[in-house]
Amino acid sequence: MKTSFILSAAIAIRDTILNNESTLESLDRAIGDGDHYINMKRGAGAIVDMQAELESLSPDAALNKIGLKLLSTIGGASGPLLASFFMGMAKVLKDNGDESVPTYAAAFAAGVDLIRQRGKADIGEKTMLDVLIPVANQFKALATANANVKEICNALIDTAEQGMLATKGLIATKGRAAGLGERAIGHIDPGAKSCQLMIMTVCQQRLYSEN
Amino acid sequence: MKKFINKIDDVLVESLSGFASAHSDLVSLNLNPNFLTRKKIATNKVAIISGGGSGHEPLHAGYIGYGMLDAACPGYVFTSPTPDQMLAAATLVHADNGILFIVKNYAGDVMNFEIAAEMLPFANGLPIKSDTVLTSDDCAVVNSTYTTGRRGVAGTVIVEKCVGSLAETGADLPACKALGDKVNSQTASIGVALTSCTVPAAGRPTFDMSDTELEMGVGIHGEPGRRRETMREADAIVRDCVEAIITDLKTRAILTSNTHEALLLINGFGATPLMELYLIYNTALKLFNQHGIKIARSLVGNYTTALDMAGASITLCLLDDEIKQHWDSPVHTAALRWGR
Repeated sequence: MKTSFILSAAIAIRDTILNNESTLESLDRAIGDGDHYINMKRGAGAIVDMQAELESLSPDAALNKIGLKLLSTIGGASGPLLASFFMGMAKVLKDNGDESVPTYAAAFAAGVDLIRQRGKADIGEKTMLDVLIPVANQFKALATANANVKEICNALIDTAEQGMLATKGLIATKGRAAGLGERAIGHIDPGAKSCQLMIMTVCQQRLYSEN
Repeated sequence: MKKFINKIDDVLVESLSGFASAHSDLVSLNLNPNFLTRKKIATNKVAIISGGGSGHEPLHAGYIGYGMLDAACPGYVFTSPTPDQMLAAATLVHADNGILFIVKNYAGDVMNFEIAAEMLPFANGLPIKSDTVLTSDDCAVVNSTYTTGRRGVAGTVIVEKCVGSLAETGADLPACKALGDKVNSQTASIGVALTSCTVPAAGRPTFDMSDTELEMGVGIHGEPGRRRETMREADAIVRDCVEAIITDLKTRAILTSNTHEALLLINGFGATPLMELYLIYNTALKLFNQHGIKIARSLVGNYTTALDMAGASITLCLLDDEIKQHWDSPVHTAALRWGR
């Protein structure tokens, strides 16, 4: 993965967020406080605006800078959590110093682990982790099994979608919906939805660049 | 949506600028990163810093000044501020006696303040001590080890007032932290919404509610509460709120069979007239009296709002001599001012 791919993925993510305004807003209006789309749009836009600053950096340095930018741009819970992800990912890339698929799988998992620590949350709590943890696990397994990029991307898109849909049946024990009790059942978690959209977008971008 | 807005993206900065100009004798505003401090930075005391999403005005900037906060960090509407705001504010107002952050217990606020506190010792090469009081007075959310826990709502004002008062006496960081925790634990709140609120950037109400419904246990962001109920007369609504508070304080063994003195705060959410808030006060006072609680101090008004939500919250803080003394002490801020 090159920094140029990160930059094109950032633009694609920004476009996906913009295209899903009504979905993200209605999910957050149902069980949150209605600011998730606005915050994601602000964060995604800020990263796209950093293109000039990022393009000369190595992938790990670019991801770290993206993390810091998100930390000071998004706010709310999403800000520190997404920032933790990119900074955790950057650290593994820097330490490993290679661009192999297993290294990226390990980096992704490290980012997810930092979200878990910062948010003091785990799978099954109706949060973004319901998407991220299964995706991280599968990414690692497929990388270890030497799966090719196409297989990995297609599998991760499916897993992210399943994780997102699974939040519908859950009671929230973390995040803004935690006060709702059983009333949160039947609603997809907005953070899980935006993570699923971002994973799908990056995987599609990767498939596209593969062809 | 019908609001006094020029451009959605300018709402926050224009409002903060207006606030800072209107109270230029009390506060200074810094933009990028956004924070407000006292006009005259205090020395020889623990610096008290709070912050949170905007839309709850006068919380928190309205409580900057003598006897309360040293600085406040406003986030976007209903969105926690970011660590760079807290770090910049802390760097400006700290006076070598440490910093106490007062944070409402919401996941975003907790995380952003946590990161700021972690970065603080490295922020400017100076080892600045800090500690945090998490407010969690909302008894609508039943606490459990599995959830984020009780939310910090209007009781935060009482915590900020009392801790701010103690800090003015030169008390050290552990003492300020201890008083903040005590006031928080002796306080319980519950809110009722009659309408939703409209986040300017969203452009429409956060939730739908008919004229015959109310939301019991609502938070201060228009987030749904305990349950949707049928609209009824004020006395019946207030009775349910009072019962929830009494149950909470008894469950936590804060309220005992002894007679207690208390501070009663009736807080408007932004679109409920004072006339109705005083009506609520009138009922709540009688009901608490029936429970053996003597209301020794009162505050009625819009102190922790949720934009244009109609509704109110009831907060009861059980008083002891220390809390009473720090509640009564002089305060000089935009939104609370007495004795000086």
